[in-house]
Amino acid sequence: MTGTRTQVVWDYAPAPESPDHVRLRDSYGLFIGGEFRDPVDGERVPTINPATEESVAEIAFAGPQDVRAAVEAARAAQPRWAGLSGLERGKYLFRVARLIQERARELAVVESMDGGKPVRESRDVDVPLAAAHFFHYAGWADKLSYGVGGREVAPLGVAAQIVPWNFPLLMAAWKLAPALACGNTAVLKPAETTPLTALLLAEICQEAELPEGVVSIIPGDGSTGATLVRDPDIDKVAFTGSTSVGKDIQAALAGRGVSLTLELGGKSANVVFEDAALDQAVEGIVNGIFFNQGHVCCAGSRLLIQESVADVVVGKLWERMGRLRVGDPLDKNTDVGAINSREQLERIEELVDAGEGEGAQRRTVACELPDRGFWYAPTIFTEVAPAHRIAVEEIFGPVVSVLTFRTQAEAIDKANNSAYGLAAGIWTDKGAKAFEVASALQAGVVWQNTYNHFDPSAAFGGYKESGFGREGGPAGLRPYLRIA
Amino acid sequence: MTGRLPVRKTYKLYVGGAFVRSESGRYDGSRGFNVPRGSRKDVRDAVKAARSASGPWAARTAYNRGQILYRCAEALESRAVDFAVDRPEIDASIDVLVHYAGWTDKLQPVMGGINPVAAPFLSFSLPEPTGVVGVVAPDSPALLGLVAELAPALAAGNTAVCLLSGDHPLPGLDLAEVLGIADVPGGVVNLLSGRRAELAPVLAAHHALNAIVDVSEDAALGAEIDRLASESVTRVRHSGPATSYDEAVRDPLSRLEAVTELKTAWHPVGA
Repeated sequence: MTGTRTQVVWDYAPAPESPDHVRLRDSYGLFIGGEFRDPVDGERVPTINPATEESVAEIAFAGPQDVRAAVEAARAAQPRWAGLSGLERGKYLFRVARLIQERARELAVVESMDGGKPVRESRDVDVPLAAAHFFHYAGWADKLSYGVGGREVAPLGVAAQIVPWNFPLLMAAWKLAPALACGNTAVLKPAETTPLTALLLAEICQEAELPEGVVSIIPGDGSTGATLVRDPDIDKVAFTGSTSVGKDIQAALAGRGVSLTLELGGKSANVVFEDAALDQAVEGIVNGIFFNQGHVCCAGSRLLIQESVADVVVGKLWERMGRLRVGDPLDKNTDVGAINSREQLERIEELVDAGEGEGAQRRTVACELPDRGFWYAPTIFTEVAPAHRIAVEEIFGPVVSVLTFRTQAEAIDKANNSAYGLAAGIWTDKGAKAFEVASALQAGVVWQNTYNHFDPSAAFGGYKESGFGREGGPAGLRPYLRIA
Repeated sequence: MTGRLPVRKTYKLYVGGAFVRSESGRYDGSRGFNVPRGSRKDVRDAVKAARSASGPWAARTAYNRGQILYRCAEALESRAVDFAVDRPEIDASIDVLVHYAGWTDKLQPVMGGINPVAAPFLSFSLPEPTGVVGVVAPDSPALLGLVAELAPALAAGNTAVCLLSGDHPLPGLDLAEVLGIADVPGGVVNLLSGRRAELAPVLAAHHALNAIVDVSEDAALGAEIDRLASESVTRVRHSGPATSYDEAVRDPLSRLEAVTELKTAWHPVGA
């Protein structure tokens, strides 16, 4: 740092969130038919805290017979569940929403322990939004026909739902709330590395006295999910995860007439115009790519900056990145927590290596990282060409690739130059320009002068290879209903 | 020799607004006519034409697209006698066009709206066309079964590549002449005759296709379409053919949703 200005360095004392009130069991069974059961043909594996590499609890993974049992339980429960009045179904969901709120602190801590995300995010984003989703869809349960143009509707039946490890509880809520509101029963498979909050949600289902079999929660790895989507007695598959697995699922369902919703990967463009409020934009860029360590399907991982301000923005961004606090997810001051798993860390490292190998300029923040656990310091690439792997492939980590543009038309072309189409950001102070660019971007969500905002009333989902179907709002009902 | 020698029609494919022979030079016979037997290359050319026409068609106002669809209904009414199709099927096809002409500017208020988000933003979700839609048309009813899928695709702002029935391609090829005089821009609708088993997989596997509507009622072909579509996450809708006006409009939202994306935009309110 040069210049005469006095550099003020803020030291932050540790502000750890206490896990004292968390009551985790040593071991969790499969939640099938309203009770926790030992697996019949599955195994038991530890779930790891990625910040310490220590086991948090032992988890049962579902084997093929366990998957079958869960689907059977869902099938058996479905007619009675659908036969309840919409008001009564909704009241169960309201109960779930309230119980999530009551156990919010515990859920937030467990989410951060199991997945590595900063507790500030678990507390302020994941858990409140999960409760809000149940609250929103609870209110739809007795108003379904209003959500589909006044048509008579019927549930699809049994929904198989597979969620990722980046927002474990929130994604479970996104899946379960609309499915149940519409009168379906569900078998939910949480992600291999982050099953805990879904199992706490299973406890909440018990506390809410949800009828047995309406929700089953069966942790497992990819093979459990593959078995679940191939089960002959499911009517619906809803998957959030990688595009490659999504394609496998779509192919596996070929010719079966099973309804499918896919919420897949992205390489979302965050477009900064020269007339933007640049300091505000920098905050938005940081939120867009470093939120949840960049483990976000809609992360603003392709940063497109207008050439005239590119150096200024990159300079401000780099300075801001240096002030991000990387470390203990349970510290309330932490901005960037642990990478979710060793496998994901290796994936990030491989793509960063590819970026350097292809000639992009890499800068990684020099910060102290804990000795144990999985960590990746915030990283920026400049001199990125559109064909570089780091501009094309989803890194799913705290790594941003910067490209530049000269004109609005070029910005739109570059933003749309992707197989994905999940989200995009626009930074400009000109309203007319923002609306015009937003309408030209092939993306399911477009944020102007903000990024990574979510709401249960607002549809979320992708264009192109980012998937199909929507979650949130009335559009989120449609994938779980048929027109009678 | 008495009387006048009638002028026969030479049937052609309809690609990019032009009436063309199959690049392959192949043909099949149908009801005394030689019908071009479209090739893989014809499918690719048609998708390219549809892709080029997609942006400008989507950018037209809903009012304008509605008028053009209504113009298609007018043109079909006036040419009804030219079709080798029973009059009730023609009438139903005309009425389906009228029905979907009216959807162009209703889709947005019905499918979209302002989202009451719990934060200071104007958030709204609006339907947009998915882009290029493939239609694998049924054998029967050859005209109505085609129009019932083509009309919603166009009303939602998509362009289309339609594989006509192999058994009964003439009504679809005749429809090209209706579209050609109804101000439908070139490339917005492309109509290919040929053998479904040969062409449908090429269409389904094409990465520039955004959605495919399969009305073939061929389960094995349908499964193959699903598999090929998965390679680029193409949206697929399978359906039996509409056999009456009532069936074609019983559930228009499902037809429209199958070819529509919903975009959610967030704009800040306040500083």
